[in-house]
Amino acid sequence: MANWIIELWNGLPFYLQYLLQTLGFIMLFVLPFLLAIALLVYGERKIWAAMQMRRGPNVVGAFGILQSFADGLKLLLKETIIPSSANKVVFLLAPVLTFTLALVAWAVIPWDAGMVIADINVGILYVMAISSLGVYGILMAGWASNSRYAFLGALRSAAQMVSYEVSIGFVLVTILLWAGSLNLSDIVNAQAGGFWNWYFIPFFPMFVIFFISALAETNRTPFDLPEAEAELVAGYQVEYSSMAFALFWLGEYGNILLMCVMTSILFFGGWHAPFAALEFIPGPLWLIFKILIFFFIFAWVKAALPRYRYDQLMRLGWKVFLPISLAAVVIYAGLGLALGII
Amino acid sequence: MVMTEVEVKNYNLNFGPQHPAAHGVLRLIMELDGEVVERLDPHIGLLHRGTEKLIEYKTYLQAIPYFDRLDYGAPMNQEHAFALAVEKLLGCEVPERAKYIRVLYAELSRIMNHLMCTTTHAMDVGAMTPILWGFEEREKLLVFYERVSGSRMHAAYFRPGGVHQDLPDGLAEDIYAWTESFPKVLDDMASLLVENRIFKQRNVDIGVADRPAAYDWGFTGVMLRSTGVPWDLRKAQPYDGYEKFDFDIPVGKHGDAYARFLIRFEEMRQSLRIMRQAIEKMPKGPITTLDPKISPPKRADMKTSMEALINHFKLYTEGYRVPEGEVYVATEAPKGEFAIYLVSDGSNRPYRCKIRAPGFCHLQSLDWMCRGHMLADVPAVLGSMDIVFGEVDR
Repeated sequence: MANWIIELWNGLPFYLQYLLQTLGFIMLFVLPFLLAIALLVYGERKIWAAMQMRRGPNVVGAFGILQSFADGLKLLLKETIIPSSANKVVFLLAPVLTFTLALVAWAVIPWDAGMVIADINVGILYVMAISSLGVYGILMAGWASNSRYAFLGALRSAAQMVSYEVSIGFVLVTILLWAGSLNLSDIVNAQAGGFWNWYFIPFFPMFVIFFISALAETNRTPFDLPEAEAELVAGYQVEYSSMAFALFWLGEYGNILLMCVMTSILFFGGWHAPFAALEFIPGPLWLIFKILIFFFIFAWVKAALPRYRYDQLMRLGWKVFLPISLAAVVIYAGLGLALGII
Repeated sequence: MVMTEVEVKNYNLNFGPQHPAAHGVLRLIMELDGEVVERLDPHIGLLHRGTEKLIEYKTYLQAIPYFDRLDYGAPMNQEHAFALAVEKLLGCEVPERAKYIRVLYAELSRIMNHLMCTTTHAMDVGAMTPILWGFEEREKLLVFYERVSGSRMHAAYFRPGGVHQDLPDGLAEDIYAWTESFPKVLDDMASLLVENRIFKQRNVDIGVADRPAAYDWGFTGVMLRSTGVPWDLRKAQPYDGYEKFDFDIPVGKHGDAYARFLIRFEEMRQSLRIMRQAIEKMPKGPITTLDPKISPPKRADMKTSMEALINHFKLYTEGYRVPEGEVYVATEAPKGEFAIYLVSDGSNRPYRCKIRAPGFCHLQSLDWMCRGHMLADVPAVLGSMDIVFGEVDR
């Protein structure tokens, strides 16, 4: 039997082998990833519940751990309602696009030395490009729904994501100037050797700007205007139901995790342990641990803060973050030259 | 190239009546220029139940539960106004103990209302946590309601002549203990909101009303006090012995949403003071007027006395007759001046019962208060107005 499979494999043309191999890798990542999202959503709800002095999900499964799966099943079994005035193709394409883009960006994330699906040299640019494309899913959803709430939500979202990507871009420029590479593995390796080498120490202001911009980029509190419940009900998602809604939702959490992992990679040494003595714990575990910490902060922020207004958010993005990050590019470039790092 | 003339139309948005921030069933037709509100037209009446007309067909006692349903955030404050109005027409004396119990529960209801208003206001600007902390405490207050009247909302506890029943054993002590633990929760909630920069940015200078506008548009209660007018009926025209209590009236300066929020927070602290004084000073004695024509006989008497049984039967079927006359009685409900204009034709039913609901007067100024503000400010202004549709639509 085993021989038969190996013979079959060897008999395949090269391009098919390559295709199957990549597909295998992708499945190896995507399935645990979706499972992780389900558990993280459960964890997040528990965190909120603890902060709000209530119990949170505790019925489905032990301690309610299967809650997300029950929710997922419910969404899967529901009817996908398409508004009669909606543009059907675009309406259905939007969640698919959002979800796909949320997954695609993970291809370049290094989990350990060499443990990466696509180790390309322009990793940072790739992540930026993909996360910029994310806005199309939302715009399409808002436009195709043919609802005023959805439309306003989509407009807000587009403006917001574009604004904050600019400052995220400049933060990335400062990092890659010092690291000397656009490859994410190289950036992580530039921070090897203990936590005092991690970039959050020299780049602390950049870290703060990056994290706040990440909140805005993923439409989370205090920047969750596109889906501001109090005025826009659910923003661009307002007409979506069933699996189409679930795809948006998964995409949103995929993006949040992406921002968490980017924060870990850019500022907190990626897969590296804080001390050499702790190197015996495998790299991927360290990375996951760091992701969880930032995910916790995301949940914490949501439980604690009110929401900005549209004009205030724009002011913060263009009048505060953009000048600071622009100045930082000059300062860090000069500093790097003076210290001989660049 | 010929430039064609393009007519730019404003964006119309239908807000509600099913909307998470509509505080019930408010429908707003908004004319937006981008995100800026140009015009805003509140449509009311979706919760109209004909309360005033229904009351004309009920005896005075049967009318009481309708008042619980007006402002369901603070039921007993409405009963209070009606009970005072009927008492004034009847010319009956209310025993001291009943007055103290009423003050205690009126202030308890005020806290209930303000807890609901401030926390939903916070939720309207996006803060998710305060409402869950606040409602935890509100739940305890509802239990106090239940212990005294048997019901969490339809209390029907303040009756013309006094209150329905005396406080059960241990209730006063439990309420007192609660007044001592509650300030901690208030401080926690304040720490999330009062000095929070985002919360301030969302509320300071939003929905500003100045003093002349407040007079013109019939503002009362917190809405009026936020503009700097120290007018509170509990001080200005004390009823039920409010003059015997030591409390302060918080007054705002700027008349914006933030001032209204802070005033409500401070009023909760002042209400706690009144509640403690009421419990400390509460005298012993009857809890309802001793006039057998108005208040029912004791249950024990009914077991032995035929006359008492007949009296009870007559009171609960036919009710009592109220002398001819008309009266306007205003009380300081949590939302503002809640008043009853009651006309009696000498029968056992009111000839007319006009209800003056504060929320109705406040809601009419939503249009000019929101003009020029952004869409996101509308829920903030609405939340700071403290609108409940039970009383607006009646």
